Amino acid sequence: MSTVHVTPVRTYLLVFFALMVLTLLTVGVAHVNIAHHLPGQMTDAINDAVAMAIAVTKATLVILFFMGVWHSARLNKVIVWSALFFLAVLFAFILVDYFSRGWLGVPGK
Amino acid sequence: MASETRPAPLAHHFDDYDQQREAATLGMWLFIAQELMFFGGLFLTYTVYRWKYPLFFALGSNQLDIPLGLLNTIVLIGSSLTMVLAVRSAQLGRGRQIAGWLAATMTLGTAFLVIKGFEYHHKWVHHLIPGKGFHLAGTDDPAAQTFFVLYFCMTGLHALHMIVGLGLLAFLVPKALRGEFSAENHNWVEGVGLYWHFVDIIWIFLFPLLYLLGRHHA
Repeated sequence: MSTVHVTPVRTYLLVFFALMVLTLLTVGVAHVNIAHHLPGQMTDAINDAVAMAIAVTKATLVILFFMGVWHSARLNKVIVWSALFFLAVLFAFILVDYFSRGWLGVPGK
Repeated sequence: MASETRPAPLAHHFDDYDQQREAATLGMWLFIAQELMFFGGLFLTYTVYRWKYPLFFALGSNQLDIPLGLLNTIVLIGSSLTMVLAVRSAQLGRGRQIAGWLAATMTLGTAFLVIKGFEYHHKWVHHLIPGKGFHLAGTDDPAAQTFFVLYFCMTGLHALHMIVGLGLLAFLVPKALRGEFSAENHNWVEGVGLYWHFVDIIWIFLFPLLYLLGRHHA
């Protein structure tokens, strides 16, 4: 009567292995000044971008497989996406404010 | 003992077990959505202050212990693996196996907190607690404390979530041993599992942001 999807243990072990590889990768690249190895006007921010890309990949693996969203009801996926959307709204509006202060010579900024 | 207790029955306001499980999971996801906004405020504060004081953040980050942070990342992701195996055992209705995996998760979660405790102690000994006695090599600017204020707030709130998670796991182990979870109704295990993985995800972001930034200059 129950329609729970049971994921094979092998899938979980593969996800765990991928998470371990990505963890070691993020520690490794943190010690490399990536901008020095790339052509053009790259800044230090490239290191942050790489670290965050790895973290987002790891989080996605955890959400899809460990938290079971891959086989989850569609309504749960809506909650996940809307949570991320509202987080993005929070970041976008606050950062636009902080980063643009001082662009205009407004007194008392 | 096992014969005296039965799996939790279907609540009367649900049509069937599938509907009951989906309602429980949906509720947990809504809770996690608000938890994300809760932690989101700290990540946002981090972004603003790191943009304002990049040097102090790099100096502060270089004081953290990468091997211990890496070890804790491995321990915590390992605990997510044992947690997901507990949920899998519950889906298959294997009571004793659930208890075993939950206990393994508790062991790893406790190991994480112990390692974190050693790190906090190290910061205390080296005058890196924000306040009067604070001293960071390379600068006299009080604003240099900002990184450590955020380090303790973010890892502290994360550790608090770990402690709550350990309490929930300790509550579930005897329930699992009494055979209260079945393939049809193991919503407690499922919900605590989602919570545990969420706390793991927070650490997945805290580790690079706190421990690894600015290392390529050193």
